[in-house]
Amino acid sequence: MEKFTTHTGVGVPLRRSNVDTDQIIPAVYLKRVTRTGFEDGLFAAWRNDPSFVLNNEAYAAGSVLVAGPDFGTGSSREHAVWALMDYGFKVVISPRFGDIFRGNSGKAGLLAAQVDEKVVQKLWDYLEDNPGAPVTVDLESRTVRAGEGVDAVEDSFDIDDYTRWRLLEGLDDISLTLTHEDDISTYETTRPRWKPATIHA
Amino acid sequence: MGRTLSEKVWDEHVVRSAQGEPDLLYVDLHLIHEVTSPQAFDGLRLAGRKVRRPDLTIATEDHNIPTLDWDKPIADPVSRTQVETLRKNTEEFGVRLHPLGDLEQGIVHVVGPQLGLTQPGMTIVCGDSHTATHGAFGAIAFGIGTSEVEHVLATQTLPQAKPKTMAVTVNGSLPDGVSAKDLILTLISRTGTGGGQGYIVEYRGQAIRELSMEARMTICNMSIEWGAKAGLIAPDETTFAYIEGRPEAPKGADWEAAVAHWKTLVTDDDAVFDEEIVLDAAEITPFVTWGTNPGQGVPLGSAVPSPEEFDDSDERIAAEKALAYMGLEAGTPMRDIKVDTVFLGSCTNGRIEDLRAAAAVIKGHKVADGTRFLVVPGSARVRLQAQDEGLDIVFKEAGAEWRGAGCSMCLGMNPDTLSPGERSASTSNRNFEGRQGKGGRTHLVSPQVAAATAVRGTLSSPADLTLVEA
Repeated sequence: MEKFTTHTGVGVPLRRSNVDTDQIIPAVYLKRVTRTGFEDGLFAAWRNDPSFVLNNEAYAAGSVLVAGPDFGTGSSREHAVWALMDYGFKVVISPRFGDIFRGNSGKAGLLAAQVDEKVVQKLWDYLEDNPGAPVTVDLESRTVRAGEGVDAVEDSFDIDDYTRWRLLEGLDDISLTLTHEDDISTYETTRPRWKPATIHA
Repeated sequence: MGRTLSEKVWDEHVVRSAQGEPDLLYVDLHLIHEVTSPQAFDGLRLAGRKVRRPDLTIATEDHNIPTLDWDKPIADPVSRTQVETLRKNTEEFGVRLHPLGDLEQGIVHVVGPQLGLTQPGMTIVCGDSHTATHGAFGAIAFGIGTSEVEHVLATQTLPQAKPKTMAVTVNGSLPDGVSAKDLILTLISRTGTGGGQGYIVEYRGQAIRELSMEARMTICNMSIEWGAKAGLIAPDETTFAYIEGRPEAPKGADWEAAVAHWKTLVTDDDAVFDEEIVLDAAEITPFVTWGTNPGQGVPLGSAVPSPEEFDDSDERIAAEKALAYMGLEAGTPMRDIKVDTVFLGSCTNGRIEDLRAAAAVIKGHKVADGTRFLVVPGSARVRLQAQDEGLDIVFKEAGAEWRGAGCSMCLGMNPDTLSPGERSASTSNRNFEGRQGKGGRTHLVSPQVAAATAVRGTLSSPADLTLVEA
């Protein structure tokens, strides 16, 4: 996984709450067996709508998505994170994320930054007044910044310490866990014999 | 201080605990299907890793597979490739697979309990958000993404931050004609889709105790729909009776030892939950959704709400968008909403009791003109059991389509989809925009309401049929 320290890119105001993972990428796009190429399915139902925010030239190259509460609820499909990343998004900002989506983001290297609902409102207003304006997201200081002077929006965001550390270091979870393989083996010796098995010797 | 049920199960699975890090949890059972696993197996191959515990892993084919002509090669080449990829991967890595056509094939969350693999006090994961279904047995069960699937394959563990605890206590008894689905839809309409976020929920109280195992599975299944990490129910005699004698259940002395342990898996009297919600079962009536998330629901006897009824601006905007998408007008009685397709099935309501309940309602009636009724058993075994009981005949005589087992129209990855603008009454778990097909409009309902709706062609409860007959 690539290290993530700070990112500055075009902010995209997505004025919607409850953007579930079926909206982020519908099930028909989940049939691939590869890990790439999911950008065509991103927000598929909305992409034909000329008024959809990503169809506005100014936002099309966006990399920081600013969404309403309960972003990424529903299905466990990590394809939702891949679709956002394949499109070019590095960060999603929302007041509240679906649990599994947030977990998947941390594993795949997409920063899910949780902010107060008022901050989202301010970012929406700012980005709509200034289409194509950049937003800076600094993982080290856990801050999000946009604009200058009186219009400036600056606030902190929440992310759990462990995910932040892993993203900053670009660490792969499985390798980390395998450093504790002895603990796993020890635990396995304590499991009761009546626990079920799928394969019988 | 005492511990809650979920804390006890959690503590039993901690492999490693360190300050500032999530706990490393051992996984007792890993369920696999074709959609969320191919990239995980690829990851293993790239890193030269093996599946650590194939004996704690099991796979089946459910999301993509057709429910017609399932004895022939899958027509959609992309779906076929995904299913074939699962077959190759499970063979290469030594994982047990129940493929299409196998007697034990079915929706992954129907198969686990049916085989007796789902037992109290376990940790169970699957690359599918409805994994909480298995919580009905007093297991901590939750959905994971593909990176985590790879993690579990490689290590049989997952790093997990300990969630907060919540109790949902349902006092009293559910009235006649009111099902577990009505109960969980009522709860979600009160909490919203994010109300359970960050919590493991324990469902308890008299109404929960009185539910069968399959009804408990319906409740736990939809925990994710209000944002909960997992939902579980303390095991009791109902649980033990359901498990005993199943193919993978403990036998003999192992059974005795297992039950002795399972009986300790209850929340201590002095345990404290971080949050509690209390419901009165007697107040619950048949419940259906009107909008595009599972929290947007009302009693069947009421009307489509007006966006102005919502104080919160996000909810108001969401309601406006939902009504526009659903093609509904505020104030329309729910019972006047005409439905094109009725879908009975899914990991929420595709088990034998669900089929029995729907068959009892539709028996002697006909599906309304212009309405199609798809009955999709949750597994091949459920299908056979239903046929043994003659339920297939009841459905077919009523004019319903009797299909093969799988996820089917719950998410429309196979050919079973809605057309744009088509409206369904569905016993599944999600009414998201386009969930059952692009432009499709979904109302979530119980199996009983589904069957009555198929007969009348508008959203209906079994009580409405009795009135018609009289």
